[in-house]
Amino acid sequence: MNYAGILAGGVGKRMGRSDLPKQFLMLGSKPILIHTIEQFLISGEIDKIILAVPQNWKSYSEDLIKKYCESEKIDIIVGGETRNETILNICNHIVDTYCLGYDDVIVTHDSVRPFITQRIIKENIELCKTTDAVDTVVPAFDTIVEVKDNNTISNIPIRKHMYLGQTPQTFNVDTFIKVYTTLTEEEKNILTDACKMFVIKNKEVKIINGESYNIKITTPYDLKMASLMLGVEYKND
Amino acid sequence: MINEIVKLVEPKKLEMNFEELNLPKNHILVKPTYMSICAADQRYYQGKRKKEALEKKLPLTLIHECVGEVLYDPKCEFSVGEKVVLIPNTPYEEDNIIKENYRLSTKFRSSSYDGFMQTMIHMRRNRIIPIQNIKPEIASMLELMSVAVNGIENFIEKAHDRRDTLAVWGDGSVGYVTALILKSYFPKSKLIVLGVNRDKLGYFSFADEIKLVNEVDEDFKVDHTFECVGGAGAESAIDQIIGCIQPQGCINLLGVSEDPPHINTRMVLEKGLTLLGNSRSGYSDFKKSVELLQNSQIQDYIENIICDRIEVKGLGDIHSAFEADLNNNFKTVMKWNI
Repeated sequence: MNYAGILAGGVGKRMGRSDLPKQFLMLGSKPILIHTIEQFLISGEIDKIILAVPQNWKSYSEDLIKKYCESEKIDIIVGGETRNETILNICNHIVDTYCLGYDDVIVTHDSVRPFITQRIIKENIELCKTTDAVDTVVPAFDTIVEVKDNNTISNIPIRKHMYLGQTPQTFNVDTFIKVYTTLTEEEKNILTDACKMFVIKNKEVKIINGESYNIKITTPYDLKMASLMLGVEYKND
Repeated sequence: MINEIVKLVEPKKLEMNFEELNLPKNHILVKPTYMSICAADQRYYQGKRKKEALEKKLPLTLIHECVGEVLYDPKCEFSVGEKVVLIPNTPYEEDNIIKENYRLSTKFRSSSYDGFMQTMIHMRRNRIIPIQNIKPEIASMLELMSVAVNGIENFIEKAHDRRDTLAVWGDGSVGYVTALILKSYFPKSKLIVLGVNRDKLGYFSFADEIKLVNEVDEDFKVDHTFECVGGAGAESAIDQIIGCIQPQGCINLLGVSEDPPHINTRMVLEKGLTLLGNSRSGYSDFKKSVELLQNSQIQDYIENIICDRIEVKGLGDIHSAFEADLNNNFKTVMKWNI
């Protein structure tokens, strides 16, 4: 089975506005989250979609799904305190609800990246069948500068070796659970990226090409950009 | 949902656009899987249409030869994943006399509205036809086949019954497919194919005879002809046809020319010829083409003219496909993986 884990646990502090988490803001005629879920719903590769949301937004999310894209394929669960804990909750839900297979993969994706493509979903799943994890990346066109003390450049890595991480990130479900359980409490707190967790535990993480337009809608500027891309009116009231 | 649409904004310049797609009632959502490039698409891509036409039509989504898989059917008449051919013609009115592809109100994809280079497309229920037992890359030739079927069906209706010798002018893709289907319709007629390129004529193994146009002598006579040349060569082809065709023969015109060719109407009158225009195709032509393609021999012949197969994952791959198409003898198929 191939599962999609839609990470909608954030509460949108970077949006600098509304109390409504960013994933629920309207982009055109639908909330951002719905655009994202629809791409996984039409993918022939995905068997189940597990949407992880904040506890207090669970009923709201259920209402949205019912209104826009009701489907037996979608389960809604409560996310965790951190990104990795949310993914773990999704994996545990799979184990508890479905019969976990050795080859089962989970395609984790930010709910606020609605411009995900069918190619990216397909390539994530295909590659993950041959490795421990897959990350979606685009080459870094800007120079990456490392500054450890918030003041002075400590290193400028060679640009051709640098990529920018997007999502989906895709994992073998069983491997994810096993790797997560080996983390110390300190590691759990500092590892903000699920693929990094795999890398430091010496697991193989391969990459596939993302798209420059697979943007993450985090700030009002991003939402304006997404509205422009889609040719719809930007609403920020 | 968000749909990705590739637009030609100016010759050789493609852009990825996004649009919100809301499924109209009873329409079916289809994901394109294989497409083939038509000379008409190539003319837009290369900027070979007249300036006024380019200004009027661009930005435009190209491609009208396409097969795909059903993503969603609200009525569940089509199953998810079912392979279908997409009909680029969309009629907007009923007419018992005029075929759907000749009605002035009919829209045609990649010409009067957006073509198939999209991540997903909503189609009217009667604009898709299931395809079975056909490799999808071969099935992407169905639109081209349907154009030939439209021409041949019109010919059957309009031309007189002496069909001992039939000739096709043109050694390109339209000539090949027209000749192949003509042989299937009229196996007892002598089929002659005339062209300018001996190598390309070598592909027409099913024809009874192949000829270079400069090898035609005064004794060469045919009952009816199909002109599949188009472009700058159409005028000399039509002129040669008028010279070779028997009185009251039918000249079926299938070649598209940007500049209007001069036609020797004195001889057309003298011989009592019928000039029959053929363009595009409709549902019944697609249906017939799907039937024809159940024949494995026809599948093999069609597969022989797929010269390049290119997987498309991004805009760069589309440019590569159009460049490859410019340099090969017949057809280029794109495996659509956007």
